[in-house]
Amino acid sequence: MKFRSLIFANLFRKKVRLILTIGSFAIALVLFTFLAVVNSAFSRGIDIAGADRLVIVNRIGLIQTMPISYDDQVRAIPGVKYVTHDHWFGGVYQEEKNFFPQFVIDVENHRKVYPEFIVPDDQWNTFVKDQQGAIAGATTAKRFGWKVGDRIPIKNSLYGPTKTWEFNLDGIYHTAKPDGDQGQFWLQWKNFDENVPAVIKSTAGWYILKLDSPDDSVRVAKTIDAKFANSSYETKTETESAFAAGFAKQFGNIEFLILTIGSVVFFTLLLVTGNTMAISVRERTSELAVLKAIGVTDRTILFLVLAESTVIALFGGLLGLLLAWAAIPVISAAVTGLLPPLLLSKTMLSLGLVFAIFVGMVSGLLPGISAMRMRVVNALRRV
Amino acid sequence: MIRVDGQGSGKSLIQVRGLTKTYRRGGEEIQVLQRLNLDVDKGDFVGFMGPSGSGKTTLLNLLGGLDVPSQGSITVDGDEITHMSGSKLTQWRARHVGFIFQMYNLIPVLTAFQNVELPLLLTKLSKAERRKHVETALNVVGLVNRMDHYPRQLSGGQEQRVTIARAIVSDPTFLLCDEPTGDLDRKSADEIMALIEELVANHGKTVLMVTHDAVVAARAHTTLHLDKGVLVEASKLGQGVVAGGVA
Repeated sequence: MKFRSLIFANLFRKKVRLILTIGSFAIALVLFTFLAVVNSAFSRGIDIAGADRLVIVNRIGLIQTMPISYDDQVRAIPGVKYVTHDHWFGGVYQEEKNFFPQFVIDVENHRKVYPEFIVPDDQWNTFVKDQQGAIAGATTAKRFGWKVGDRIPIKNSLYGPTKTWEFNLDGIYHTAKPDGDQGQFWLQWKNFDENVPAVIKSTAGWYILKLDSPDDSVRVAKTIDAKFANSSYETKTETESAFAAGFAKQFGNIEFLILTIGSVVFFTLLLVTGNTMAISVRERTSELAVLKAIGVTDRTILFLVLAESTVIALFGGLLGLLLAWAAIPVISAAVTGLLPPLLLSKTMLSLGLVFAIFVGMVSGLLPGISAMRMRVVNALRRV
Repeated sequence: MIRVDGQGSGKSLIQVRGLTKTYRRGGEEIQVLQRLNLDVDKGDFVGFMGPSGSGKTTLLNLLGGLDVPSQGSITVDGDEITHMSGSKLTQWRARHVGFIFQMYNLIPVLTAFQNVELPLLLTKLSKAERRKHVETALNVVGLVNRMDHYPRQLSGGQEQRVTIARAIVSDPTFLLCDEPTGDLDRKSADEIMALIEELVANHGKTVLMVTHDAVVAARAHTTLHLDKGVLVEASKLGQGVVAGGVA
């Protein structure tokens, strides 16, 4: 590129302005990336939800239970392959801030329905035989420094008077995908059922079923809800992704919030970079006029301005992504338990870079067009 | 021979016929140039003098293809430029015109070498060829030892020399100088004029120059006087002139 030296020489003409512009671009991109990561964290459950899985909850609400007897009835419906059930345990490990999700699981069927959670067979077999056993996700185990064989005390006040439940950590699970949820803690339904008040006994918080084929989902869901209609425990059956989306919405309309803030960031970036380029072009009116006079075409003038704004955006973008790459794991660790794990994927980094380049080009467009349309005679007269 | 009567042989390097330039300001129509004729041969050195607003710079802009006339035609080396499209005119300027401005108009963030190289970036010359041309041009203006200096590190006279090097580096058909010594002291102005004279005498360049300075204008082969858009006088200094004013 023959004009490379001119582009870079112009960039470094006002060093303080360049640094401030790149800095504001980088900070804005950190914010934008953080928002995208949070959005991705909330929608990850929806993305990784099995297409062939349905979730049954009590029609009144998620905190209402259903009889455990529904298990066999649901299993008998054609198209249903496996059924398992969960309960929300909701205990506290040491302090309130040490939040992590604890589920009461059905050890007989859990692995069949959730093959993406990987537990070594020997650990799983120990867990199945140990009624006080528990399995922790790798992230949670790492967070608290747990290892297999540890005794984990968890205080619970949801089911009767406050009581500390003690569990043997029999295993640690991982997920096949690195961005999978490795923060859960599982305990056995039998243990739970024996230790909760009578009103909770023989109940399930929700059922998860695996279908023979995702094509059956509508029919099976309708059949289940019809089957339990007008009973004391009416059901609401939906796909796992719909359930995950509904769960995420409990936090508010995250996607809308992020889209709104993201749009503000986007337009701020456009204005900051566009303003820098507009001032820069205005300062160089006579130089651009001379370039045109000596035969530089209008298109090349536009290219020079766009190249400059794009390089600013590229530097700002790279710096912003670098900062985000360094900061997001720290933020993620700080908000563990409050938010799903925040992961900055390579795809997101690439999208961030594309976004930066796009903003750079768009912000240079107006000043570039005005430079392109500038009449040499008028511009030279202004000198 | 320089003629202003429109009766040239048709073999002149630059032929101007019935050149008129009119601007509209508000409801008023201002005629800056009125049916002007001019014939300039290769190797001529023409000075244009006249009071402010007489149309000197407008004439220079029209001859350089920076502006388009309201009427009339300009033919340079056989090419009629008055009806060229904007992009064609840009290409034509790159090939045929070398501009020398009063305020030098160098790019401050580029070195003397890089400034002189600019017109060559529009050509297909290789980097090595461009370097050779730039060094030759800087040698002509006596600044080859300052090629890595930035404009701020040069005196006014040296800056104008770099501008001249930039104007001649692509070997254009003619040079247009708009007050080339207007921002210089007398000594530097003399040096610049000597350089322009050398370009005409030793390198066969054709130069058209606008100036307010009678001493500078006297260095040209011929000085033409413009007043209110009309060539009212032609004084013979070096070569023959056929005077005629408005045809």
